[in-house]
Amino acid sequence: MEHAEKLGRVLHAGIWRERSAGILAGEFWRRLAARSRRPLFRWLLLAFAMGVLGLVSNASADEMRFPAPAFTSGYRLPDTTVPEPTSQAKQWIDVVVLVAVLSLASWLAIQKRTRKGIFALMVFSLLYFGFYKRGCVCPIGSIQNVTLSLFNSSYAVPITVLIFFVTPLAFALFFGRVFCSSVCALGAIQDLVILKPITLPRKLTIGLSMIPYAYLGVAILFAATNTGFVICRYDPFIGFFRLDGNAPYLYLGAGFLLAGVFIARPYCRFFCPYGVLLGFMSRFARWHLTITPTECVNCRLCEKSCPFDYVEKPNLGLAREHRAVGVQRLGYLFCLLPGLILLGGWVGHRLSIPMSRYNHSVMVAENLLVEKANPDLKPSLETTTFRTQGTPEAKLMAEAQLVRSRMNVGGWLLGGLLGLVFGAKLVGVSVARTQKDYEVDKAHCFSCARCCPYCPSDAIHKGNFVPGNPAYEAALALAKQEGTTPEAIAKGKPA
Amino acid sequence: MPAPTSKTTTLTRFDFIRQGLGRVAAFGLGVVGGLAAFAARKNNTIWQIDPMKCTQCGHCATACVLTPSAVKCVQSYPICGYCRLCFGYFQPNAPELTSAAENQLCPTGAIERKFVEDPYWEYNITEATCIGCAKCVKACEMFGNASFYLQVRHDRCVNCNDCSIARQCPSDAWVRLPASDPYLLKHKLHPKTQLNLELPPWNTPKS
Repeated sequence: MEHAEKLGRVLHAGIWRERSAGILAGEFWRRLAARSRRPLFRWLLLAFAMGVLGLVSNASADEMRFPAPAFTSGYRLPDTTVPEPTSQAKQWIDVVVLVAVLSLASWLAIQKRTRKGIFALMVFSLLYFGFYKRGCVCPIGSIQNVTLSLFNSSYAVPITVLIFFVTPLAFALFFGRVFCSSVCALGAIQDLVILKPITLPRKLTIGLSMIPYAYLGVAILFAATNTGFVICRYDPFIGFFRLDGNAPYLYLGAGFLLAGVFIARPYCRFFCPYGVLLGFMSRFARWHLTITPTECVNCRLCEKSCPFDYVEKPNLGLAREHRAVGVQRLGYLFCLLPGLILLGGWVGHRLSIPMSRYNHSVMVAENLLVEKANPDLKPSLETTTFRTQGTPEAKLMAEAQLVRSRMNVGGWLLGGLLGLVFGAKLVGVSVARTQKDYEVDKAHCFSCARCCPYCPSDAIHKGNFVPGNPAYEAALALAKQEGTTPEAIAKGKPA
Repeated sequence: MPAPTSKTTTLTRFDFIRQGLGRVAAFGLGVVGGLAAFAARKNNTIWQIDPMKCTQCGHCATACVLTPSAVKCVQSYPICGYCRLCFGYFQPNAPELTSAAENQLCPTGAIERKFVEDPYWEYNITEATCIGCAKCVKACEMFGNASFYLQVRHDRCVNCNDCSIARQCPSDAWVRLPASDPYLLKHKLHPKTQLNLELPPWNTPKS
């Protein structure tokens, strides 16, 4: 402000100096006459006349402080260049590539069962969707575009973005989460750094797996209230894809990659909001990647093949608790469920006020009120801007109030749903279903096909169950421990 | 391959529920997709700055994910007064009206000054060096014809889904435009919009 005022005084002095020097004085009417031949100026002149007549309240005198020159040298006005949006021209190519890669990935995962093929596809996707397309728009972020268009009539989702949202989910409904293993650039960059995967304690993974639900809920809430696109804002890897970005996010991404060396795909498993939706679909996938192409012989070779712990072990021979104990616990859990929902809803309601502060209108409105209460406070940039724009304050307040009430309803709903999900997870943990074979966790499995080469049945069938084959090597290691032969291990043991 | 099963195999209760839920999931996806498709637009959207709302706060230079920013100053030639003393070009206390660096307002020297005819000078923006700081825009809007204004240059913009400048814009000047018509050129804007151009109050000299 101070600088602006100083600048103002000096420049105004400058104007008068110039005018008194006669450089601009006297030119005005000559220029005006010359300009009136131009259509643009003609309407400006007309508008000026209208302004004088009082039809337009804003005086247009400020418009052209210096009338446009009448050139005598035949000078022609240059055009302002308008470069076309390069990133948008090939949007449909991206859609074609997406569908092609998804189809290929489904074929590789379910028919070919090849890790190498999926890995190659993953690297291609990392280069194409990640580094070449620079990560935007991705299906994960498209959740917000779809939400915004459903809740806000002034925004319409572009059809290509909608296709990006729907296609991976539709594929998951039929073929599992092939999107995660082969298409998603965020997944791919993490997949490359899995070097020393560790097994996390089950209690921890169940707790952490609540985060994606909360993240998805907040993302939908923020998009629906036009507050912002949080998924994109906190995307940890986008900075790498663009080879440019703000330092905190680059550090966040580096942190994820560093953790990803030990905790395989940490973002995918414990943060990705799109993974929640994919999980809903993939759980019911009609055809899904399986560990064994034939029948499981319980050879245990695939047990440690999955760095994400999504291979589920059979539990047939294990001692089981008394039925009545389980039923009683289930009863308690169902009694607890309404409490969890209410508690979640209440927490969501309490958080709705701080959450609403991320909304531009609410933030400006709150700042205005604070500044009114403390007149000595230095006005913030946002409130200063708001005052200059001349929007009625009541309109802003009404808008902010609307966002707050929506956030409140959304907070109750979101919190309640999270309570329900947590309850459902507890129920899921406490109910043991009989499982005969080694199977993948269909809801969470990324269909990366890492487990496939470990199943000996394919190798035995093809006659290459020999040293060098991953299944043979795994069997050899296990055989050494147990004092038997790899062939005996590969035969498995009766369930 | 799963073992062939005869058609008469009875469905277990669990599988029945599973199948039903699967259909519910498919139906839900169809509903959401269908509803969104109903409102979807053919054209993709891109980000742009409404020059009538922009208050030249300077965030465009710093908040963009690209360095330098994809936002650049553009010159509207029909509005420009071709002043010899350009307020967007010269420092307020410029020692002399020459293109020497100490006279220039632009921190990167991205404005090119060309003599046209006496007393008119043409001012062009060199986009490769412009950082979108809007210092010239502010000065031109305060004391000149406001022919300088900021625009997102789409040969540079990567069109982030959540534009990081839009997120920080204090004046809500960022809009999503159809990609087929990606600029808000000042001289082409609706006459009404242009008439309603409101200058910041600090522009009016204090008595």
